[in-house]
Amino acid sequence: MTPRSLYEKVFDAHVVEAETPERPAVLYIDLHLIHEVTSPQAFTELEARGLKVRRPDRTVATMDHSTPTLPPDAEGVRPYATIQARRQVDQLERNCSAHGITLHDWESPHRGVVHVIGPELGLTQPGMTVVCGDSHTATHGAFGALAFGIGTSEVGHVLATQTLLQRRARPMRVTVDGRLSRGVSGKDLALAIIAELGFGGGTGGVLEYAGDAVRGLGMEGRMTVCNMSIEAGARAGLIAPDATTLAWLYGREAAPDGEAFDRAAKRWLSLASDDDAVFDREMQLNAFTLRPMATWGTTPDAAVAIEDAVPQPATTAARKSLDYMRIEAGKPLAGQAVDVVFVGSCTNGRLADLRAAAEVLRGRHVAQGVRMLVAPGSDAVRREAEAEGLDRVFLAAGAEWRLAGCSMCIAMNGDQVAPGQLAVSTSNRNFEGRQGPGARTILASPASAAASAVAGCVADPRPYLDSAA
Amino acid sequence: MTPFKTLTSRTVVLPAANIDTDQIIPARFLTTTTKQGLGREAFHDWRYDKDGAAKPDCILNQIDPAEHRVLVAGRNFGCGSSREHAPWALTDYGFRAVVSTEIADIFTSNALKNGLLPVVVDEETHARLVEHAGEPVTIDLQASELRMGNHVVRFTVEPFSRECLLDGVDALGWLAGRIPAIEAYEREHAA
Repeated sequence: MTPRSLYEKVFDAHVVEAETPERPAVLYIDLHLIHEVTSPQAFTELEARGLKVRRPDRTVATMDHSTPTLPPDAEGVRPYATIQARRQVDQLERNCSAHGITLHDWESPHRGVVHVIGPELGLTQPGMTVVCGDSHTATHGAFGALAFGIGTSEVGHVLATQTLLQRRARPMRVTVDGRLSRGVSGKDLALAIIAELGFGGGTGGVLEYAGDAVRGLGMEGRMTVCNMSIEAGARAGLIAPDATTLAWLYGREAAPDGEAFDRAAKRWLSLASDDDAVFDREMQLNAFTLRPMATWGTTPDAAVAIEDAVPQPATTAARKSLDYMRIEAGKPLAGQAVDVVFVGSCTNGRLADLRAAAEVLRGRHVAQGVRMLVAPGSDAVRREAEAEGLDRVFLAAGAEWRLAGCSMCIAMNGDQVAPGQLAVSTSNRNFEGRQGPGARTILASPASAAASAVAGCVADPRPYLDSAA
Repeated sequence: MTPFKTLTSRTVVLPAANIDTDQIIPARFLTTTTKQGLGREAFHDWRYDKDGAAKPDCILNQIDPAEHRVLVAGRNFGCGSSREHAPWALTDYGFRAVVSTEIADIFTSNALKNGLLPVVVDEETHARLVEHAGEPVTIDLQASELRMGNHVVRFTVEPFSRECLLDGVDALGWLAGRIPAIEAYEREHAA
């Protein structure tokens, strides 16, 4: 039998009808996650055609993108940024109720960012196909699932048929040897990988992350790495399941239990690329040499070690990027004055991320004039963080502690960076205006973001970790 | 979906590389629950100043969209999010085709489902299109050819999507017809 990559194995196991030159494969979808922003038009389309949601039991909804992160007022009214945002959430509630879809709404203890709650509930499992109308769906690939973002028309296809038309993508592999040093996280690794592959370097491909450094990451770090696959243009990124994966899944609400877990675990651990699987592109990286990274431009691949000089622009696009960012080539990002710091998002809004930020902030204070906002990735993350006292660390340091949601990553709920302000953000995109019109964004890890908040300028977190304040 | 067969129209050139979906339609306009009306906000932050006044120097404010239905853009066009609002905004503005040397995967998939033809061309053809900005081109999907004067290049579109575009039908109807095969798959894979 032809040796296959992990991606190809998961893909092949979900083929309802095989791909031909004339037609893509009909691919079965195990789990469909939906949210308020990319689903309304899909439900409208279904209704216009008299179609039903075929498998509401394989569909799970949450509200995260346009939801406010400030609590309701005394009358219980939530501070939506606009009436439109409120209506969008209302429409999701109506659609889910009409079609029998489980919705994690304001009343649910599981509400949160879609890519945080799937793994948290154990809904995301190895070998599954997972889709969502959101490009960061690759996050779920950390479990050895084939997970990718789709558009609203395809949301309609999955709602109506539980399938999608898909052609096999080109498998690519990134192998990271060695071990990450203290203060260097999955986010730094993700930024280094994207810088190496290039923005668009993964277009048409699916990335598999392998090697000791990847194995050495916890599930949260692995999710961060897979999450950003799309920033290299790859629709999906995945990591073969191992003991770390099983430990995360064990005891989760939607995961199998008892003997069923043992049976599933055996199957999950068998999911791996064959030794002689052929990859369209292979890339090697060494973790030992990695240092905390940050971006200097307006594409996620424009990243450099915080303490290194920003490279001289080689292209018109890079020059334009630097002009927009008002960052000087030849000087390090360290020391660049910062206005806003954001910790959160589907990239870095999990408990491990909040712990990393709190470790830097404990006993310290956010610099004068800097606004720091922390939005947990889910309500469960919020509760766990509060149980550990992380909220008190953030509040004592002068940061804002918010409710769960996408918040300032996509800035469509009113949490915005003001025009011209420079933000260090743990999110995934530094595009022009991504965090608000005219906002300038530097992407970095939670520890680097927290260190920058304390320093009042972009800062390498390592000095903050070695000595307590 | 409006069928796409042959289009002859003038181009608009946005030469920047990596034009992401946040440029095409900023996230703050995604609270809509319909597909209509997003053309007004297409490239919003390029077209309008902070007070909402149209910037006269932006090419998209200078042209008649009905006369310029072909967008020629720098490499890696449509990168970023999966928002289908991007092709909705572009088609509502008036575009029927996007030409670049590289177009992002999810954007391509979304565009094809909305009668917006993504056309990937070689560097030389792209340079020629940039040089002759605003001139008419013909994009013939039946022949899979882009013609500008005597310059003719072939392009490829995923065959199933191409058929859908030529016929003006979308894939949902076809997929809905596969239910027996889907049911068989489900029976076979029931835990």
